[in-house]
Amino acid sequence: MPSMPEGSNAGESKKRASRFSTARWLQPFVRDYGMLFVLLGLIGWFSVLTYTEQHPTGVDAGQQVARQIMQQQGAKARVLIVARPTAEDVAFTSAMATELSDLGASVLRVVNGDPKAARLAIEELSESGKQPTALAVNDVSSRWSVFAQSATTRDLPSFKPRTYYWPNFLKLSNLLGVANQTAVYAIIAIGMTLVILTGGIDLSVGSLVALASVASALYLRDYQGGAAAGLGGVVVGSLIGIVTCMVAGGFNGVMITMFRLPPFIVTLGVMLMASGLAFRLAGGASIPELPRSYFWLGGGTSYGIPNPILLMVLLYAVAYVVMSRTVFGRYVYAIGSNPEAARLSGVPINPCLIGVYMISGCLAGLGGVVLSSMLQAGDPKFGLMYELEVIASVVVGGTSLAGGRGKVLGTLIGAFIIAVIKNGMNLTNIDAFNQKIVLGAVLLTAVWLDTLKRGGWTAKSNR
Amino acid sequence: MPDSLTQQMAPQPLLKMCEVSKSFPGVQALYQVQLTVQRGEIHALLGENGAGKSTLIKILGGVHQPDCGTIEIDGRAVAFSSPRAALDAGIGIIYQEFNLAPTLTATENLFLGQERSTWGFLQRRREHDRAQKFFARLGVPIPLDVPCSELSVAQQQIVEIAKALSREARLLVMDEPTTALTPAEVDRLMDVIGELRAQGLGVIYISHRLDEIQRIADQATILRDGQCVGTLKRSEMNRQTIIEWMVGRQIENEFPKQATVLGATRLEVKNLCRGVAVRDVSFHVRAGEVLGITGLVGAGRTETARLIFGADRRDEGSIHLDGRTLKIRNPRDAIRAGICLLTEDRKHQGLMLDRSVQENFGLPNLKEFSIGGFLCQRHERIAWSGYRDQLQIKVPHAETLATHLSGGNQQKVVLAKWLQANASVVMFDEPTRGIDVGAKYEIYLLVNQLAQAGKAIIVISSELPEVLGISDRILVMHDGRISGELLEPRQATQQQIMQLAVG
Repeated sequence: MPSMPEGSNAGESKKRASRFSTARWLQPFVRDYGMLFVLLGLIGWFSVLTYTEQHPTGVDAGQQVARQIMQQQGAKARVLIVARPTAEDVAFTSAMATELSDLGASVLRVVNGDPKAARLAIEELSESGKQPTALAVNDVSSRWSVFAQSATTRDLPSFKPRTYYWPNFLKLSNLLGVANQTAVYAIIAIGMTLVILTGGIDLSVGSLVALASVASALYLRDYQGGAAAGLGGVVVGSLIGIVTCMVAGGFNGVMITMFRLPPFIVTLGVMLMASGLAFRLAGGASIPELPRSYFWLGGGTSYGIPNPILLMVLLYAVAYVVMSRTVFGRYVYAIGSNPEAARLSGVPINPCLIGVYMISGCLAGLGGVVLSSMLQAGDPKFGLMYELEVIASVVVGGTSLAGGRGKVLGTLIGAFIIAVIKNGMNLTNIDAFNQKIVLGAVLLTAVWLDTLKRGGWTAKSNR
Repeated sequence: MPDSLTQQMAPQPLLKMCEVSKSFPGVQALYQVQLTVQRGEIHALLGENGAGKSTLIKILGGVHQPDCGTIEIDGRAVAFSSPRAALDAGIGIIYQEFNLAPTLTATENLFLGQERSTWGFLQRRREHDRAQKFFARLGVPIPLDVPCSELSVAQQQIVEIAKALSREARLLVMDEPTTALTPAEVDRLMDVIGELRAQGLGVIYISHRLDEIQRIADQATILRDGQCVGTLKRSEMNRQTIIEWMVGRQIENEFPKQATVLGATRLEVKNLCRGVAVRDVSFHVRAGEVLGITGLVGAGRTETARLIFGADRRDEGSIHLDGRTLKIRNPRDAIRAGICLLTEDRKHQGLMLDRSVQENFGLPNLKEFSIGGFLCQRHERIAWSGYRDQLQIKVPHAETLATHLSGGNQQKVVLAKWLQANASVVMFDEPTRGIDVGAKYEIYLLVNQLAQAGKAIIVISSELPEVLGISDRILVMHDGRISGELLEPRQATQQQIMQLAVG
């Protein structure tokens, strides 16, 4: 009879096991938020590609040039300031003029115009006998040839803002622009994440964006006097848009749970109906008769940050807490992971599913209101193909279309990956057709990475 | 002449696995395992859940690659880089969950991936004839033109075996082939396996049912904690030795039944009906009582439990707990009322495989682990660790996904979640199916504990020794009705039950 082996090998295998325990906390992070590294990589890549000479403009640049002049010429400086008539350049010139006179120098003339205006001004100066000691220009006006053609200005020392090198992509204005444009997609993607986590899909969100914008704008135009509407009317109007979409989402949920229709079909139907309804209500045209206060949500800023971004951050914070810290969030994952086990564990499946589709509708409605506020109109053509971009964000963010696996913050990362790629391609002058090809490839790569992460294409389900 | 003589004297074994080791992150699954199978031999592979049987089989099937060690087939060293390579080498594996396309017919499944065709058109007649030949070889007639989903489990299994044979398998591996079969079907499967042995195939047979092993196996290799404990010849195989080798300690009594004081009637059901599956079922369970319900597969046992639990809607009937009439429309109502059901199919009905064990544990108990809809994950974790220690659940940490646990540990997670729910009626549906002797014993102890705590227990089981061993009273079902009641399981026999079960 063979003898039974001793336990010496068991201890050895335990030692082997402990080696893996340090990676234990890192692993889930990489699993859930691995796409963050992709996003950071993209940011780095586009920063390198768009690293160019920057010409400062505006108030800061104006004050900076004023200080340069004072340093070299002191209070006896007499300055001729020339720039274009754009808002930025006016800010530049007027800030410089104020700064110079504050510091005791005299400003002979401020020109905001084209080269012709500059020549007139120079001629007037020389006729009146005033000889400037310094010429203040910016990057654009410094290249005008009028200064070399006139004896008055030919030998003048010219001052312009100091240039520096910085990636176009990483300029604050660009980053805020990217975030602002992504906000609407990202907000809708929260609801889509929930829906996909339950193993469903919501194709109706794009049409609901249009419906919400039309419903809100229509109410404001027809019942609140359009541009003359008050703040109360704006709030009610926005709520009407959002609630309309929430009801549509609830309809999705009821059809899916009570009537047991597949989510794909139900939401496809609602997508067509909502779009048709939006066109019908709006009479096929855009509705621009909106009050100023309506534009605050999509176009205004708070603390220097555009409101849509703040709204997006707030909603993601709430969604994160809901999905990771509440019973409802746990139920959503449970339903997507194994609906039968969830039901037999006492999870109220139907109310949860209806709730999830209502949230998705509600956020699509909110997205519609923000978008119409941003674009200052209600329009049935808004939101076209949004559902695809939003689904792409969710999938790129690592949520499994089979349900039960994924994170809301992953979706935020996914939305930004897509936005950064689009913006980066715009900055590097890649045309729209090629952009589409790249985005499609990105989507496929993301899903492929996701399957690799789960053990490759050869691995079957673990028993 | 001397050459052929030596070949006859010492033939190369069909399969020889030498010092095979395999580790996964955090686990040494196999450590220097040996396994030799001759032609025409039925070799049983035994071990508790998590002992490494599945890993060994997956290495043999090319799903996993061993870290070290050699595999020889007919004396030639082989290395399987993929399941395909193993298949080509003549190894046919029939997993516990079948790999059949449910909407295709038996014939279509049989030739899936190796269709006979001319210019892309199927030779349906030839396939049909060949399929018939295969099933004739197995001695089992199978309806060839019916979707596989409409075949019985036993028939599907025969299709799987035929599929392996059609690929010229010389070594057949069967993982728990009898778990879902009725006794008659088991007998027929044994005949089929015996026939394959006579035809010179090697068979590796994995099962927890020791009587089956003793019946057909020529040799038995026993694994424990990923290591080979040893190989028994047919003459050495007795129940006691096998169990000792599997669990590494002695078990004196397989069924540790303790007498409990029975209290008042807790659960009473009257006239439960649902279609033809459950017809007019009435019974009661007292506090502290373990009621065994048995019968053949399809007799309506599981369906009855599902009606009580609200998982299916009942046509008629009422459910009373402690004298109160309960309104149960869905499982949520049942759980709230204090009734829980441990389903027989834990992978599809009991667990969320791709969620963490802690989440699985918490799911029915979130009311307890939350305040105003917000989770208290700390409470949940503390409660979970309590059960983890009490039930000795082997799991690296609370975030481990349920899919990564062995069958016995998965069952314990399901147990823990329902223990936490602290129900007054606990229904177990096949609680020990597919789990090993040691874990079975622990579950029996737990059933005792629950009974002693004054709960009403219902155990549905097809294993007659188990039903006889742990119940205070036994109901036998046949064709949706209760066909008999045994008040004294101590004095009852398996024959008595079978007579009631066949109607």
